[in-house]
Amino acid sequence: MTTTSHSPAPAVGGSADAPTAPTPLDGRPGVPFARTFRAELRKMVDTRAGRWMVIVMAAVAVLILAGFVIWGPAEDASFRGLLQLATLPLAMLLPIIGIMAATAEWSQRTGLVTFVLEPRRGRVVLAKALAALVLAVVVLAAAVAAAAVANLVGGNGEWDLTAAIGGGVLLALLVYVLQGVAFGLLFLNTPVAIVSVLVLPTVWSIATMAVSSLEEAGRWLNLDLVTQPLFEGEMAGQDWARLATACAVWVLLPLAVGTYRVLRREVK
Amino acid sequence: MITVENLTKRYGGFTAVDDISFQVRPGSVVGFLGPNGAGKSTAMRMMTGLTPPTSGRATILGQTYRELHNPGRQVGVMLDASAQHPGRTGREVLRVAAVSVGVGKARVEEVLALVGLTDEEAGRRVRNYSLGMRQRLGIAAALLGEPRVLILDEPANGLDPQGIHWMRGLLRRFADGGGTVLLSSHLLHEVQIVADDLVMIGRGRIVAMGTKDELLARGGTTVQSTDDARLAGLLDAAGVPVSRTGSGLVVDAEARVVGEIAARESVVLLELRSGGSEGLEEMFLGLTAATSREGDAA
Repeated sequence: MTTTSHSPAPAVGGSADAPTAPTPLDGRPGVPFARTFRAELRKMVDTRAGRWMVIVMAAVAVLILAGFVIWGPAEDASFRGLLQLATLPLAMLLPIIGIMAATAEWSQRTGLVTFVLEPRRGRVVLAKALAALVLAVVVLAAAVAAAAVANLVGGNGEWDLTAAIGGGVLLALLVYVLQGVAFGLLFLNTPVAIVSVLVLPTVWSIATMAVSSLEEAGRWLNLDLVTQPLFEGEMAGQDWARLATACAVWVLLPLAVGTYRVLRREVK
Repeated sequence: MITVENLTKRYGGFTAVDDISFQVRPGSVVGFLGPNGAGKSTAMRMMTGLTPPTSGRATILGQTYRELHNPGRQVGVMLDASAQHPGRTGREVLRVAAVSVGVGKARVEEVLALVGLTDEEAGRRVRNYSLGMRQRLGIAAALLGEPRVLILDEPANGLDPQGIHWMRGLLRRFADGGGTVLLSSHLLHEVQIVADDLVMIGRGRIVAMGTKDELLARGGTTVQSTDDARLAGLLDAAGVPVSRTGSGLVVDAEARVVGEIAARESVVLLELRSGGSEGLEEMFLGLTAATSREGDAA
């Protein structure tokens, strides 16, 4: 806090003998987290790009479901099979929504407004991550509903979704969307972040296949491999340890470095 | 109230803002004037917590920016009117900010009306806005939380002359209500219309500050007559420094001195006034040139 004594800075404007110096509003610094969270959630879907991502995800999921119901092998068109199909485009596209949420403040320079309204940038980052997770849950719920409709209309009518698969799919999608946010924060540049999320894991998995000494590391650090049992609902023993290791490297590490960058970077 | 104390920002060997100190008191529109690259924007980013200062500090209403409770309700900030997501509509930009600041949708419509954006314009995406419309949107966002302090970077940039006069009225009313306004500009004539007081900055340093009238008076007296050559000779003979400009003379003396000489010698005056944009502009250029020489010598 400042002292109440006169500032040595030369004054300009107004009058020296104003009755009282204006005082700041009372209260804790910044704004309540709930409001930051609501604003960030809204910002993910209120732009043309954000809205189209959601529409494209829904359209692709519906097309895949429709195609499978019409032309696919009828015996495989169970609720579980349909849901797993519908979540494929989500796993691809949700990270991109996470990326855009994280990079827009810098690529579109909206950070000049966002970080002026809430100067504690760490809370903005947290709000973005939570908003992306909530959006993933909403999108998954829509996919579950679409798969249920497809099953009723043209599936084999089997309701064979176990809690393990449902929970596994949810957890996997959350990991992927959080990875998007993390890479967005790390690069603060939309195209670079999108390309990295798509290319880096592929490069790594090719490297682990080509170089035999990396094979064991690949089993632990390949996000696509370690989430496979998650999607299948067959997590066992070492699978959890592998999942945790891969998430630490592909999600938590870029998230930590990216958050540090956002906290320290000059907003221009 | 905005207080800046010994604020300094260095980037490697380059000093963008060099030990500036001033205090903007409520009730006035203060222009922060300087050529491009003088350090105005960097100083404003330091005031709003976006850029950490190398040394010194800035406070608003007695607190540093990061200490402020709900800053959007206390300080209206517009640092770059073009820094808006092109895919959002103008109204949506304000609604998102309203969520964060904690004001309702009714206030969004209020500020839209205040800055003169129509319903149709507010529904358009920012991508399709002219620079003038973006400025109005940025000012609407700054006013959203009914703040008592405004910090605006180049707000008149892109506005037509009518828009600049509109802004003068808006900011004048804000200041008359006890508000504090600091706005930057690199154009003298723009800041002359909008601001009452000036802080001039060049090469990161404050080169002059005071009321506009004070600084204008320092710019000498502008005079125009039916026979400028003869008047210049008479003034010269009287030991008054005179320089010719495109449309008359600039005299380094009070208007009264010039008027008396002209009356005695029966020169018909067409114009006689203190200061004038030419005088202030010359001083502005002169002052910034002087600091740049200092900078080179250091």
